Amino acid sequence: MAQVTMTVNGKAASGTVEGRTLLSSFLRETLDLTGTHVGCDTSQCGACVVHVDGVAVKSCTMLAAEADGADVATIEGQAAPDGTLNTIQQAFQDHHGLQCGFCTPGMVMTTAALLKDNPKPSEQEIRVHLEGNICRCTGYHNIIKAIYAASGQDVAALGAD
Amino acid sequence: MYNFEFEKPSSIADAVAALGGDEAQALGGGQTLIPTLKQRLASPTTLVSLSNIPEMQGICTGDDGALCIGGATTHGAVASGAGAYPGLAALAGHIGDPAVRNRGTIGGSLANNDPSACYPAAALASGATLVTNTREIASDDYFVGMFETALEEGEIVTEVRFPIPQASHYEKFVQPASRFALVGVMVAKFADGVRVAITGASEEGVFRWAEAETALSVNFSPDALDGLTLDADNMIGDLHGSKEYRAHLCGVIAKRAVAKAA
Repeated sequence: MAQVTMTVNGKAASGTVEGRTLLSSFLRETLDLTGTHVGCDTSQCGACVVHVDGVAVKSCTMLAAEADGADVATIEGQAAPDGTLNTIQQAFQDHHGLQCGFCTPGMVMTTAALLKDNPKPSEQEIRVHLEGNICRCTGYHNIIKAIYAASGQDVAALGAD
Repeated sequence: MYNFEFEKPSSIADAVAALGGDEAQALGGGQTLIPTLKQRLASPTTLVSLSNIPEMQGICTGDDGALCIGGATTHGAVASGAGAYPGLAALAGHIGDPAVRNRGTIGGSLANNDPSACYPAAALASGATLVTNTREIASDDYFVGMFETALEEGEIVTEVRFPIPQASHYEKFVQPASRFALVGVMVAKFADGVRVAITGASEEGVFRWAEAETALSVNFSPDALDGLTLDADNMIGDLHGSKEYRAHLCGVIAKRAVAKAA
């Protein structure tokens, strides 16, 4: 067992972990941040995506001990403290980018990483970037719309070509 | 997964010392190893993370003009930082998905030598040199077979040196579920000839296609591959494609790679 300390959504967090403890398990079970979902546990589905030191990773495929000292951002840190949704979350709601919602935390975190690097992605760039995030409900079209809208682009232009 | 001790040394020397322990194993980005541990297909007593070793990070140009990439450099960092070798940067930018590319490393991929991984094709087609903590290994001597390399127990790929070709392209035909290469072909045209390496197809892992190299060295165009075939006997045959299908696909994908080489 080892002590790990990290910053999670701007706050110091620490706990005791085994070598094999996954970052997803540490977030969900030790810190009680259950917004990070574990879908497949085989790094296929992307429901567990969080940011570690500013980049998106699959937290089910990273050891908690590897994140010792890191700056971690999860879905819980996306909305304002009063519950006001951020731009991406609001766009997912406005464009029905979710149905059951299970994949949504990972979709939102992946979107946040995309828009940080590429503030105005094309439809194709969005689709390519979502390769590691699986949704079983929406058929993706409304997710693409939501991300396009969150980037400040006019969704009416989608699919025009 | 079974439990293990976790160590995170900050130098190659300390990592090598830690790997000297009984049943210790190196951890690159973990994008293959962690799923393997979850399936209990490996059970090391100690995992030695290579993620905090500054001398194994980053990309630079060597005195001989080769592109030198630290063994712990992520696929994402190669995709964005290997602009001097566009064919390699493009290959790295299509491994897995964005989140996987932010963790997975070039040294980890080459040490694992998955028969469907992309990087082995790049290293072999480029005639890269794999630098370890003890020696330098030419890519022609490095890839021994499926999941097998010339690495000794506890030996770490600290750096990979890629000679930069005049033109190159990696063309991947993905297996639609896993997105790994069903067949992937890297072509690299150098002043003294063309090298062609194929991943995904063979039971023996990545290999060079000598006949294609000879033909392309004379005439670097897709037509040069007309009529060339590979023996299906050693190809992988599974529910995603028969041996004969993969052998055929090698030629088709090699032609596409040549057509797109720049």
